[in-house]
Amino acid sequence: MKPLYIKQGRVIDPANGVDEVRDVFIADGKIVAGPSRDGAEVIDAKGKLVTPGWIDLHVHLREPGRSDKESIETGTRCAARGGFTSVVCMPNTSPVADNTGTIAFIRQRTAEAGCVNVFPTGAISKELKGEELAPIGSLKRAGVVAITDDGHCIQNNELMRRAVEYAKMFSLPILDHCQDYNLVADGVMNEGYWSAVLGLHGWPAVGEDVIVARNILLAEQADWWIHCQHISSARSVELIRQAKKRGIKISAEACPHHFTLTDESVKTYDTNFKMNPPLRTERDREAILEGLADGTIECIGSDHAPHCTYEKEVEFDLAPFGIIGLETELALSLALVRSKLLTLTRLVEKFTTNPARLLSLGKGTLSIGADGDVTIIDPDREWTYDVHQSASKSRNSPFHDRSLTGKAVATIVGGKIVWREN
Amino acid sequence: MKTTWQRKDLLGIQDLSVDEINTVLDTAGAFKQVGERKIKKVPSLRGKTLVNLFIEPSTRTRSSFELAAKRLSADVININTTSSSLVKGETLKDTALNLQALNADIIVIRHSAAGAPHFLARLLKTSVINAGDGAHEHPTQALLDAFTIREKKGRIQGLNVTILGDILYSRVARSNIWLLTKLGAHVTLAGPSTLVPRVFEQLGCRVTYDIEEAIGNADVINLLRIQHERQRKTMFPGISEYTAMFGLNKERFARTKSDALIMHPGPINRGVEIDSEIADCSRSVILEQVTNGLAVRMGVLFLCSGGQISES
Repeated sequence: MKPLYIKQGRVIDPANGVDEVRDVFIADGKIVAGPSRDGAEVIDAKGKLVTPGWIDLHVHLREPGRSDKESIETGTRCAARGGFTSVVCMPNTSPVADNTGTIAFIRQRTAEAGCVNVFPTGAISKELKGEELAPIGSLKRAGVVAITDDGHCIQNNELMRRAVEYAKMFSLPILDHCQDYNLVADGVMNEGYWSAVLGLHGWPAVGEDVIVARNILLAEQADWWIHCQHISSARSVELIRQAKKRGIKISAEACPHHFTLTDESVKTYDTNFKMNPPLRTERDREAILEGLADGTIECIGSDHAPHCTYEKEVEFDLAPFGIIGLETELALSLALVRSKLLTLTRLVEKFTTNPARLLSLGKGTLSIGADGDVTIIDPDREWTYDVHQSASKSRNSPFHDRSLTGKAVATIVGGKIVWREN
Repeated sequence: MKTTWQRKDLLGIQDLSVDEINTVLDTAGAFKQVGERKIKKVPSLRGKTLVNLFIEPSTRTRSSFELAAKRLSADVININTTSSSLVKGETLKDTALNLQALNADIIVIRHSAAGAPHFLARLLKTSVINAGDGAHEHPTQALLDAFTIREKKGRIQGLNVTILGDILYSRVARSNIWLLTKLGAHVTLAGPSTLVPRVFEQLGCRVTYDIEEAIGNADVINLLRIQHERQRKTMFPGISEYTAMFGLNKERFARTKSDALIMHPGPINRGVEIDSEIADCSRSVILEQVTNGLAVRMGVLFLCSGGQISES
């Protein structure tokens, strides 16, 4: 592998307080002080942003079990195109990643076919059933970076309490998909004006808020980290903001679709606007933006959730929840910088240092000696997302045909260029 | 009479203009006379094929569409949940494409999932008529209700119409709200607070939980059935409490305006939402709604097939 000489880009490295035009050198897979040795490949980064490799802490790669929807190979190619050098994959595979064998399989497939780093998570409960704890200590030993029942939510508060207490022993944060099953029942879209008009069953925001409040109390009692995934409601943002002020180990992520779209998008019954939690009101969307701006929400994740076209081309009630998002996430997030909601540094943190710290990934910086994971971004590139050209096996994006600004032009993982576009 | 109808589909009332609504009502008026003749058949849809695709059980709406199509001389086939291949795992999309491949001209669809007719309409060149989709819309019901009100009251503009009962799960309520407010009626919704959420005020109507007040000043009272099959079990204490709190009993009926119409989309549950004798009283137009439903559906099928009533 040739050394890399990334020349004269605007380097943004929040961990080191860097925002300036300079060179970055990579040799033997690590960031080095340079100047690079002879024979380095030169990447002209003039006018581009050079950042630590972006991390998406919430993706579904569907392998093992549903490689008709996605595989580790295609999912990581999708990540690379989107500017991500690391992804954290969810355990709702088939079989469920509630055992060390499945984790070993994911790691092996990543080594064979993955083009970016894949950090697996393990299940909190066996088979994601919310009844008994999975072998959390063994999962940690097998290499998981967190535990989560994502897609499901443990309803039994006693089990959740024990999970937090037990996971703390292994320094494993808990990622929670916040959904009260009774309140949400068969809800398929946000409960409000549009569900009333469309006659679709409502998924009320309070169904998320109740679990966020529960998590805050349990995190406080155990003094351990619970990370609330894909927060969608204004009240949840407020609950987390207050809890953080009290010093509780609670954190949160937002998805680009939740800060870009609202439930009005559902009005054509297009199932590419059906996800869980659902798109909410303009007020909620604004609250998510405020939460991102003031640091209440410290991470952004795509919740990349591929589904086959034939599965989505059905009645709205029957369609599976979820959309793909790895390829549109960077551009939709850069919009927050253009609208002056976030500085570039604050945005880059949400994709690098913050998830890396939460999950102890040992990534997210361009410090000398760090892994050679770098994302080079053209912040002004105007392009139109064509889902039919996606690297994903699936096509379920609500952003097809959308005009976007900002694109990853090179994605470098361990010193290797895995995506490049001129 | 000038025809403003350009649509191949009738998916809901929400998107219709006042002109379009009046066109359907006027067309239905012409067809109502056909139903009163000795020979009840006209050749308007001769050679056309209509498919009744009913993915949710229904007797009255299906029969009404079937009879309407037959009186227009169309060929009709009925596909019900039990007889369709949907139970064998075929998707709605594939079923619909198969029907189109048979050169069906009109698909009338009833489905428990809101938006299913819109999904078909996007997919097919065939005309799609919504015969009720989940809790979303039931446009021909609202049109026949409006036809009945107009026939009895001579107008809709300015009338006080109260819709009573399970609004949240009711497609009839939604279609009626859109239609009546477009035509200038004052719509009041009443029923248990869990089934009549305040958010419906944003659709342009009034919400109240005081039944006496809701019916006292009404020119039209439209009673809805409690939709057991679409409801979560936690919505209200039970049928007998519903009857006690919101049923139209004799005592409440006595306090209604002396010329208030009593309507119900059926099937009625005697002794639950409506007292049995009130259902049969002279102010009840429940059976006339059924008769008018036929005329309205003939009108809708005729218009969506490109038909026009000539000026006369």
